Amino acid sequence: MDVVQIVFWCFAGWAILSALLCVTRANPISSALWLVSTMFSLAGIFILLHAEFIAAIQVLVYAGAVMVLFLFVIMLLNLEETPRDWNRWMFWLAGAGLSILLAAQLVALRGYSPQRLANEFSSMPSPDPGLVFPEGAVARQAVEARGVVGALAEPLFQGYLIPFEITSILLLAAVIGAVVLSKKRL
Amino acid sequence: MLLGPSLAVSAILFAIGVAGVLIRRNAIVVFMCVELMLNAVNLTFVALSEVHGMGGQIMVFFVMTVAAAEAAVGLAIILAIFRHTQSVDLKSLNLLKG
Repeated sequence: MDVVQIVFWCFAGWAILSALLCVTRANPISSALWLVSTMFSLAGIFILLHAEFIAAIQVLVYAGAVMVLFLFVIMLLNLEETPRDWNRWMFWLAGAGLSILLAAQLVALRGYSPQRLANEFSSMPSPDPGLVFPEGAVARQAVEARGVVGALAEPLFQGYLIPFEITSILLLAAVIGAVVLSKKRL
Repeated sequence: MLLGPSLAVSAILFAIGVAGVLIRRNAIVVFMCVELMLNAVNLTFVALSEVHGMGGQIMVFFVMTVAAAEAAVGLAIILAIFRHTQSVDLKSLNLLKG
């Protein structure tokens, strides 16, 4: 096991632990802070997966902007801690059981590897995954030639230009909707 | 290769988010669990983008935009509900119950 994998499992354990604490804490503020911790550890995993720009955006947008919005609303509402209602243990059991079932189904994906998918994809015996999926190698070359941001920006502003523009309409609609919903008297 | 372990971690995080949505009654915490599920999906996209090209990372961009818009509108809805019922407990939202 090399250093990268050891660091990966440290970040993964940190992410899962803080996600569990986020779900189980009674106080919404501590829930929100544990969620921030999960997002930071996910940013670390993104860096290990060679997505440095996404990691920076994750810290800036998610852990910064979105979670500050959450904390503001929690403080605005002045919520007091609600005592746990142990009569709802049926709900806890059903929820935990359902999600463990879902996790077991999804964790089966861990066996997924490029080699296996390449075997299913092409008719040749034991093909090279780099030849069946050339996009990964193309992306690595683009990162080497133009840097992390340039390699991401080029397809974003060429192939994905129209979705990118539609996103701005979505954000405008969200801004108008938030103002209309939260203003008492228009 | 970190692809398989990343998919496993993202599956576990997604399941924890689903458990939170099913178990918790505080509307804001339920909302945070939805954000956790979106983050788990982002991890899947980024892990697969190492094999299948930059499209995955661009999709993470769009997911983050939608999440930000959803957080703004959703929290405004929660504020409106709080003004109406003086609580964010999902149990108190039974207006449509016959």
